[in-house]
Amino acid sequence: MSRHHISTTINGDSAEFLCDTDESLLDCIRNELHMTGTKEGCGTGDCGACSVLLDGRLVCSCLVLGVEAAGKKIDTIEGMAQGDKLHPLQRNFLEHAALQCGICTPGFLIAARALLEKNPNPTETEVRFWLAGNLCRCTGYDKIVRAVMATAAELRG
Amino acid sequence: MDEMRYETPTSVNAAVKLLAGEKGLAKVLAGGTDLLVQMRGETVVPNLIVDIKKIADMKAIKKEKGGFRVGAAVSGAELGEHPELSKMWPGVVEATELIGSTQVQGRATMTGNLCNASPGADSVPALIAAGALAAIAGPNGKREVPVEQIPVSPGKTSLAKGEFVTSLFLPKRPKKSGDAYLRFIPRTEMDIAVVGCGISLTLDKAGTVLAARVALGAVAPTALLVDAAANAIIGTKLEDAALDALAAACSAACRPIDDKRGTKEFRIQIAGVLARRVALIARARALKK
Ligand SMILES: Cc1cc2nc3c(=O)[nH]c(=O)nc-3n(C[C@H](O)[C@H](O)[C@H](O)COP(=O)(O)OP(=O)(O)OC[C@H]3O[C@@H](n4cnc5c(N)ncnc54)[C@H](O)[C@@H]3O)c2cc1C
Ligand code: FES
Ligand code: FES
Repeated sequence: MSRHHISTTINGDSAEFLCDTDESLLDCIRNELHMTGTKEGCGTGDCGACSVLLDGRLVCSCLVLGVEAAGKKIDTIEGMAQGDKLHPLQRNFLEHAALQCGICTPGFLIAARALLEKNPNPTETEVRFWLAGNLCRCTGYDKIVRAVMATAAELRG
Repeated sequence: MDEMRYETPTSVNAAVKLLAGEKGLAKVLAGGTDLLVQMRGETVVPNLIVDIKKIADMKAIKKEKGGFRVGAAVSGAELGEHPELSKMWPGVVEATELIGSTQVQGRATMTGNLCNASPGADSVPALIAAGALAAIAGPNGKREVPVEQIPVSPGKTSLAKGEFVTSLFLPKRPKKSGDAYLRFIPRTEMDIAVVGCGISLTLDKAGTVLAARVALGAVAPTALLVDAAANAIIGTKLEDAALDALAAACSAACRPIDDKRGTKEFRIQIAGVLARRVALIARARALKK
């Protein structure tokens, strides 16, 4: 089977990979590009662990085909910290103990950053609705929501 | 196994040619939030995937004849970010925004929701109530049909081989018009409608209902346009008796199934309850215009 040769941009760097037609973007990111920060929970759009930005839009990478990434800009969790310097969301997740096993965390961080870029001053309800597509099976949502609210306050200064 | 092909035509004609020329199963790809799940579950294994997102105008929302033409690849998120359309058709927008999570909204389209032909599709009752039209392109040219003619049974549409929907048209609104959509789900987010109800209505100066369209989802193999329910409120001011008649007509129209989300009896009753609430929201919106 001949594979597609895809040129794309990930976290600002150009990247190339080969993929089959039915391979999801999530599988391409993890298995072809070996960037394993983006996680798979369900593979069917229900859990949000695979959240990435596609041309600036928050999506589940398990519901995007790898071939669709041609010529697009993708942002993953690997682009969030600047070297050793954590993004304020990452720091606040640690400070608020908003993670345990960590499988859901990259998805929550990507989704929360997208929210704060769109709405720097969300209410708790807005945070909960925005993150309703991100499931966490261990930490509990209160700590996660508090970490996001604290980051929003910090970024507003 | 045959190779699965992926094409990104840049014109409607090229897309039609690809769809019409495929001997095996050809599938249109819009947001992929149904198609990719079906492919992963291997309930749908296409020979050809035609991604329509590179075709001009598929991502456009354009004013037309006082209404709006929404391209087939416009996502829920993009629809909700259009202030004028959201003001004119708040019920259609709120129904579409109920589809899935923020992530799903980034991709899911109204047209995909319609063409997936699930009886519980959230945007469909709202689109039917709105009197929306689907523009179709195919090997024999173009045609336009009311959206309720697209789904024919769960998972099946009336589209012929080679045809696809290029846009949905939401017509112009008379003054004092409003629409609304509500669904019942056992949770507050991320679930499939047990019953959905969309109503669009127009009032006269005195607040009497001049025109109405009532549609129900998830209570029959396809979403239903319920004329008897509209007739129950036309000429009334939505007094209690009119709302009772509306509820009764909606319940009478239901041909639901029992499943884990709700029994037949429950669905029949909830259809009436929702219709009353939706009519009052639509009226409140109409009064503000
Ligand atoms: C986690 C999750 C939650 C969901 N929640 C909801 C919900 O609450 N309510 C709800 O109604 N749905 C829900 N859905 C289902 C789905 O998101 C919607 O049906 C969505 O609107 C489909 O649009 P799409 O653009 O992604 O369609 P696609 O997956 O691209 O296409 C769906 C089907 O329609 C066909 N098609 C698409 N566009 C066209 C066209 N222009 N012409 C002809 N055929 C076409 C495709 O070939 C395919 O068969 C959910 C899905 C997921 C994964
Ligand atoms: S892995 Fe994509 S949503 Fe769960
Ligand atoms: S920390 Fe384990 S799933 Fe969220």
